[in-house]
Amino acid sequence: MRHIWSALAVLTLVAAAGCSSADEGGGGDVPGVTDTDILVGTHMPLTGPAAAGYSKIAPATKAYFDYVNANGGVHGRKISYKIMDDTYNPATTQQVVRELVLQDKVFAILNGLGTPTHTGVLDFLKTNRVPDLFVASGSRSWDQPDKYPGTFGFNVDYTVEGKILATHVKQTQAGKKVCFLGQDDDFGRDALAGIEKILGPVTAKQSYVTSNPNVGPQMGALKQAGCQVVMLATVPGFTALSLGTAAKIGFKPQFVVSQVGADLTTLAKRLGAATPLTEGLISANYLPLSNDDANPWIQLYKKVNAAHNGNAEFDNNIVYGMSVGYLFVQSLQKAGKDLTRDGLIKTIEKGGFEGPGHAPLRYSADDHSGYGGMQLSTIKDGKQGYFGQPFETDDEAGAVVAYTTPAATPPPNGIPAAS
Amino acid sequence: MDRFVFLTFDGLSRGAVYAAFALALVLIWRATRIVNFAQGAMAVATAYVGYSVSAATGSYWLGFAVAVLGGLLLGAVTERVVMRFVDHSSPLNGVVVALGLVLVIQGVLGMIYGNEFRPAEAPFSRDAFTVGGIALLSRFDLFVFGTVCVVVVLLAVLFTRTPVGLRMRASAFAPDVSRLLGVNVGGMLTLGWALAAAVGSLAGMLVLPTELGLHPNAMDIVFVSSFTAAVVGGLDSAIGAVAGGLIVGLLLSYVSGYLGATVAPIAVLLLLVVILLGRPGGLFSRSAARAV
Amino acid sequence: MSVTLAPKVDAGLRVPRPARRHRYLLWTIAAAALIVALTYLLPPFRNYQLATVGAYLCVTAGLTVLTGLNGQLSLGHGALMATGAYTVALVQEALAGRGQWTLLIAVLAGIAVATVAGGIVGLAAARLRGPYLAGLTLAVAVLVPAIASTFDQTFNSDQGLSVYVDPPPLALGATFPYERWQAWLAWAGALLTMVLLATLIRGRFGRSLRAVRDDEAAARIAGVNVARTQVLAFVVSAACAGLGGALFAVLAQSVSPGAFPLSLSLFLLMAIVIGGLGSLAGAVWGAVLLVALPALTHSVTDSIDVSPAVAQRLEGNLPLALFGVTLIVVMLAAPGGIASLRPSRRRRKP
Repeated sequence: MRHIWSALAVLTLVAAAGCSSADEGGGGDVPGVTDTDILVGTHMPLTGPAAAGYSKIAPATKAYFDYVNANGGVHGRKISYKIMDDTYNPATTQQVVRELVLQDKVFAILNGLGTPTHTGVLDFLKTNRVPDLFVASGSRSWDQPDKYPGTFGFNVDYTVEGKILATHVKQTQAGKKVCFLGQDDDFGRDALAGIEKILGPVTAKQSYVTSNPNVGPQMGALKQAGCQVVMLATVPGFTALSLGTAAKIGFKPQFVVSQVGADLTTLAKRLGAATPLTEGLISANYLPLSNDDANPWIQLYKKVNAAHNGNAEFDNNIVYGMSVGYLFVQSLQKAGKDLTRDGLIKTIEKGGFEGPGHAPLRYSADDHSGYGGMQLSTIKDGKQGYFGQPFETDDEAGAVVAYTTPAATPPPNGIPAAS
Repeated sequence: MDRFVFLTFDGLSRGAVYAAFALALVLIWRATRIVNFAQGAMAVATAYVGYSVSAATGSYWLGFAVAVLGGLLLGAVTERVVMRFVDHSSPLNGVVVALGLVLVIQGVLGMIYGNEFRPAEAPFSRDAFTVGGIALLSRFDLFVFGTVCVVVVLLAVLFTRTPVGLRMRASAFAPDVSRLLGVNVGGMLTLGWALAAAVGSLAGMLVLPTELGLHPNAMDIVFVSSFTAAVVGGLDSAIGAVAGGLIVGLLLSYVSGYLGATVAPIAVLLLLVVILLGRPGGLFSRSAARAV
Repeated sequence: MSVTLAPKVDAGLRVPRPARRHRYLLWTIAAAALIVALTYLLPPFRNYQLATVGAYLCVTAGLTVLTGLNGQLSLGHGALMATGAYTVALVQEALAGRGQWTLLIAVLAGIAVATVAGGIVGLAAARLRGPYLAGLTLAVAVLVPAIASTFDQTFNSDQGLSVYVDPPPLALGATFPYERWQAWLAWAGALLTMVLLATLIRGRFGRSLRAVRDDEAAARIAGVNVARTQVLAFVVSAACAGLGGALFAVLAQSVSPGAFPLSLSLFLLMAIVIGGLGSLAGAVWGAVLLVALPALTHSVTDSIDVSPAVAQRLEGNLPLALFGVTLIVVMLAAPGGIASLRPSRRRRKP
C-alpha cells in the first residue's frame, strides 16, 4: 500500500501542476463567445464504416464559415468550427463531446452526425445547457422540445421520408412484394415505421450493423422471400454493399434508398466498376442536387467550394454541409449582437428561415424537427435527377401532400443579411 | 435446398481463406511454439502496401506480388528484430509481444494511411455463376480456392521433399541436435516466419475484397476465426489447419444464413470451447494433449 | 522458489492480521482524503479524467492479480467490463428515478453478473494454458457486438443504451459539479477494490495463486486445488472488471459495443505489463497511463502545426503505436519476460 500512497502523491503533484496551467474558460460570460470569435464544435465520422461521403460534410460547413469570415463575419465575430472524429462509435462520441463542452468550452454543438452516436449525448448536452443545433440525422429524438429544449433537428425525419417513399412505391409498384433492409437502430426503425404507415407490414425485413460488413445473409433471405421492391435505410457504404451483394447472388429488385445513403458520387466511389448497378435507384432529397448547375445555390456553393474547400469533389454531401452552415449563420444574424445560448435557441424557435430547401423548414416552440418534406429522385443514364414534385407530411398519420412553395433564392453575396 | 447449396459454396470459399490463414499460424507454431497473434495485423500491413502499389501502377497483380513479397520480408524482419529476443520460459511472453506488435502495426498504418475504409478491389468478378437458378461460385471464389490449393501443395512439397524443408522441420523439432549437425537453426526460424507471413499476406489479399474495405482493423475477426480453425484442426497439423478452415467457414456460413449474421461470432466461440474442452489437441493432432 | 511441501507451515511468520488490516484502512482513508482534495482543485474535465482513471483502476487491479499473480492471460476483460456496464444500464432503466440508492443496486447487480460470466469463462479456461487461454478469451472479447446485435431487443445493437444517473444528492449542495460527483463514485469503487484485493492476496488465496503460477505440479502436491484456484482467480478479476465496467457506464452515461472493442482488452494488458505484473501499485500506474497517454497525444497534436487531416491520424493512432512499442520493449528488456516483471516478494523474517 505504500507504493499506492506514493503513486497517488505523484498524481497529485502532476495534477496540481497541470491545473495551474489549465485554462479557466474562454473569458466572457457566454462559453465559446468573445467579441471577435464564436467557437462551435461537431462530432462526425471522419473515419470508420460510416465515413464514406459523410467525412466531407463538416469541411464543407467549415468552408462556408471561412467564406463568411472573409466577408466580415457575423456581427463582427468570426466563426471557428472544431471538427472531432467519432468514427461512428457512440462511445467515442461521448469522449469527444465531453472534450468539446468541458475542455474547449464551445458555444454550441452543431450538426452532430449519426442517430446511434448522437442519441447518447442528448442528456449530457441538456445537463450542461449547450445548444444542440441541426443534428445530422432524421431521428425523431431531436424533436422533443419539452424533454430536450436545446436540441434541434435539421434532416427530414426518417418516418416522413419513409412515408413519402412508400407513397411513391404504392402508386407506381402497386401489388408488388416490398421488403426492407435497415440499420439496426432508431434510423432503421423510424424508416420502417414510416414505410409501414403507408404500405402496412412489409413482406420481409432484415437489419444490419455497421460493425459487420457482410450483408450476404440478409440479401439471400430477401431473395428467398421473393422481394420485388427493396427499401433500404442504409449509410452509403452499406448501400453500395447491398447493391453489390444483390448482384452477386443474381437478385435484381427495384431499390428505393433513404436520402442519407443515396448520394451517387459517394456510391460510385465505393462501387467502382460496378456503378451501373445504381441505374434506376430511387431516392428522395430536399436540397438542390449537386449536378444542378442552373440552381443559384449550387453556383454559390461551387464558388465557396473552390475558394475555401480546396475545390473538393462536389457532391450532395458538400451541398448539405454548406446548407447547414448557411442556416447557422442565418440564426446567428437573427439572434443579434448580444449573443447568448438561450437567445439563440429562442431565435431559432421563432422560425421563418428561408433557405435552399424545397421543403418546409419547421422550427417553433413545439417543433424542433427541421425539414419536413422531400422530392423524389432517380438515377438515369448515370445521372441523379429529381422528378415529380415535392411532398410534405408529418411523423404521424397526416397525409402526404404536395408542397408548392418554391425554394428561396440566395442573397446576392451568399451571406444572410443581418437583421 | 438452393439456399443450402449457396451457403455451402459460400462457406467453402470463405473457409479456404481461413484455411490459408490457419496454415500460416500452424507454420509458426510448429517452428517456434509461438502463436503469432500479430498475423492478421501483418497481413493488413502488406495489403496496404500491395494496394498502394496497385493504385500507383494500375496493375492488381503487381500489387498482389508486392504484398506477398512484403509478407516474406515482414516475417523475416519480425523474427530477427523482435521474436528472436523473446524469452521462451513462459508461453505468455510470445503472446504479449505479438499483441504489442498488433498495436504498433495498427497504429503505424493509421498514421501513414489514415483510418478510412479504402475500397479493396477483387481481381476477378464477384458475380456468381448460376447453375439451375442457384448462385454458386464466382470467378473470384474459384481463384481463392485455386490459390489456396496451390499454396498447400507447394508447402507440403517444400516440407516433405526438399532439403530445406527437412532442415526447417529438424530445427523446430530438435534445435540443439540440428545445430550440432550443422543446420543454421536461426536461419531456419527466420525462413519459417517469412514463409508463414507470406502465406498470411496472400490470405489477406484474398479475403479483403470481401470485406467492407481496407482499414487497419480489417483482419481482427478473421484472425479469431482462423485461430479457431487452427485449434480445431490441431496447431501441430497442416492438414488440420486446412480442414479446420473449411469447417469454420462452413459453420459461419450456415449460422449466418439460417440464424442471422450477428450470431456468427457466438458460433465461433462455441466451437472453440467445444474443441478446447473436448479435444484440446485438435481433430487431427498426432501428439497427445499434455496432461498434468 | 521456496515452495514448501508441507502444508500450512508459516502460520506464525505472517504479520498479525488485525494490525495489517488497520494499516490498510489508514492508507485507504489517506488516499480517499487525497482524492477528495484533488477533486476540489481540478477543473471539470480533469475531474472527469480522474474519474476515468478510477474506473480503469478497478479493472487493472483485478487483471494484474489474475495475470501477474496467477499467470492466466486474459484478453477478454473488455467483455467482462461490458457485462457490468450493460447490467447497470438495464437496472437503472428499470428503477429510474426512485432515488440515489438505485445506483448502488445497479452496480452490485453489474458486479454479480460479471462475476457469473467470469465464472463461466473461468470454468472453461481452467484447463487451458498459454496461447489457448489467450485465444479463448480473445474470442470472448469479440463477442460483445455480436451479443448486443443478436439480442437487440434488450441491448439495442450498436446504438447501445443510455444509462440513467441521478444528479448529485442535494445534500452536497445545489451547485455541486457533476464531474466531482463522478470522481467520488469512481474512486470509492477503486479504493474499495484495492483494499479488498490487497487483503486477499496477502492471505492464503494469494499464496495459492502464486504457487499455481510458479509450479502447478508442486502446488498440487502441496494440497492446493489447482482448478478451483484458477477459477476463483478468474472470478475475482471478473468481479473487479464488472465494477470497472459499471463505473464506466455511469461516467459515460451510455453503453454500447463500441466502448468495449478488442483494443480495450489489449490496452488493459499493456497497462498491467508496464505497471508491473502482480503489483497493485503498478495497476495505478497502468490506469493513469491509459488516460494520460491519449490526452497527452491530444495536447501534442493540438500544439504542433499540422494540417487537420494529419492531426486526425496522429491523434487516433500515436497512442496505439506508443503503447505497442512500450509493451514490446518492456517485455524484451526484462530478461525473464513476464516472470521477471513480477515484484520481488518481500523477504520474510525467519
